[in-house]
Amino acid sequence: MPEPLLTSRELSRRFGDNTAVNNVSFSIQKGEVLGFLGPNGAGKSTTMKMLSGNLAPSQGEIFINGYDLLSQPKQAKAHIGYLPEQPPLYKELTVKEFLSFCAQINQIPSSKAKLAVDTVIERCGLDNVTKRLIANLSKGFQQRVGIAQAIIHAPAVVILDEPTSGLDPIQIREIRQLIRDVANEHSVILSTHILPEVQMLCDRVQIINQGQLILSDTITGLSQHMQSSSLLIELTSPPTIDILNDINGVIKVEALRENKFRLHYQPDTDPTDILVSSAVQNQWQLKLLTPEQHSLEDVFMKIIQTEQVT
Amino acid sequence: MLTLAKNELYRLFLSPLAWIILALTQLILAYLFLTHIDYFVQIQAKIATIPGAPGLTELVAIPLLNNAATILLLITPLITMRLIAEERRNESLPLLLSAPLSMSQIVLGKFIGTFCFLLLLVILVSLMPLSLTVGSNLDFGLLLSGMLGLTLLLSSFTAIGLFLSSLTKQPAIASMTTFASLFLLWIIDWAGNSESSGLFSWLSLLRHYQPLLQGEVNSSDISYYLIVTTLFLIVTIHHLDSERLK
Repeated sequence: MPEPLLTSRELSRRFGDNTAVNNVSFSIQKGEVLGFLGPNGAGKSTTMKMLSGNLAPSQGEIFINGYDLLSQPKQAKAHIGYLPEQPPLYKELTVKEFLSFCAQINQIPSSKAKLAVDTVIERCGLDNVTKRLIANLSKGFQQRVGIAQAIIHAPAVVILDEPTSGLDPIQIREIRQLIRDVANEHSVILSTHILPEVQMLCDRVQIINQGQLILSDTITGLSQHMQSSSLLIELTSPPTIDILNDINGVIKVEALRENKFRLHYQPDTDPTDILVSSAVQNQWQLKLLTPEQHSLEDVFMKIIQTEQVT
Repeated sequence: MLTLAKNELYRLFLSPLAWIILALTQLILAYLFLTHIDYFVQIQAKIATIPGAPGLTELVAIPLLNNAATILLLITPLITMRLIAEERRNESLPLLLSAPLSMSQIVLGKFIGTFCFLLLLVILVSLMPLSLTVGSNLDFGLLLSGMLGLTLLLSSFTAIGLFLSSLTKQPAIASMTTFASLFLLWIIDWAGNSESSGLFSWLSLLRHYQPLLQGEVNSSDISYYLIVTTLFLIVTIHHLDSERLK
């Protein structure tokens, strides 16, 4: 297994008596998109601030590309790009001026700075606004400038803290597209409380609640969590419920309106194949067959609630 | 570091504040300059006969530099207040903190940028007495020592302002506290003339400026300003660093 790009070990952060982040350990591999999911106040932003060096952890260590963020901050910070919740912009500058400044403070040699600025302007779709003042741009474009400053020095890891908050639906789609493009070249750590965003963008997801990591899984693993054990079917000429109930694996049949049924089955015996073939044999005229999924919301709530009960 | 300084200076000039400050300071000092000239012309005939009498530099240039120091005492807080407090309010500080820069580079960059702006003011002020060389002879040694004094004074003003700006999120509070501290340090030697005032008069920013205005360049006065500047820069760096641990 290759050396992970970013490793955090037993990271904790206390504000007085209040523990915001408690013993969080994880790592991110090259090319991975890691989603940090959690309700508001769960400690997402605090973790992001620690990873970007804006806040020192009370305990634990962070390694970025082999450099210890605490003892070699300069080298480590050269490999991260950070976009806080509120994009850090000098609003009195034009987009191009601002990005040139970012290129310089990120130690890009002046011979390459112009190229870096032009590349990032193109990648973030800022071509038409290079000469406008950042203060006059829409929130969506300001967010793009924020992403542009985070990736201008081609960092190994890009940390984005709630990048789509406060945007309208069209801007959200555009920003997500942009994040997907960014993910092609960088590892990305993304914090959000919007679940579909994680499903759309991330390879791996970590759920954090009350400062603790309570789940760390791949998106496929998470989908398995989400797989429930029920089928929704519609038959034009349905048999009696008893016949459906006798299909191998089916535990319970619920009759819904208009010839629709919900079949609950044991997770390891999926009755779909048998159902389809008997529907053909007996001419039940199958019109609809949908495996039902729990939404990510359900899983999220379930995990957080079981965590709170125990 | 120099990039930061350049950026600071550039952004300063993008705001109307810098231009207004430059224009108004120049206006007020020009008026004072004219009154000093006027006074000199009135008494010129009387003192011309006295040997060793004060000349043009003593009667015009030095009072002007003295007035400039008082006016800059009022103005510096307005410039330094935004340095860190405003970045904090606009939440743009993470940009610098997550860039591969050390805290001392950030603080020094901001200090140098602001100091360059104030240096420009000193140069503009000195242009007035220098214009007198057209029709008269100036004591350049005295003038230079006065300018050196003003420059050193401003560097300590800037460092103190930068520190107080790093303590708060509100530029207005930074401005008020800076003004109050500078003024206190200015008048601290008024604390009476008993023996105990030795320390107070040593602390006074004004006490160390006066000898330079009289052409006395003492290493103790110069080191006083350098110590004040360095001290406040170090405290600022330390404070911002410890804020991450808070």
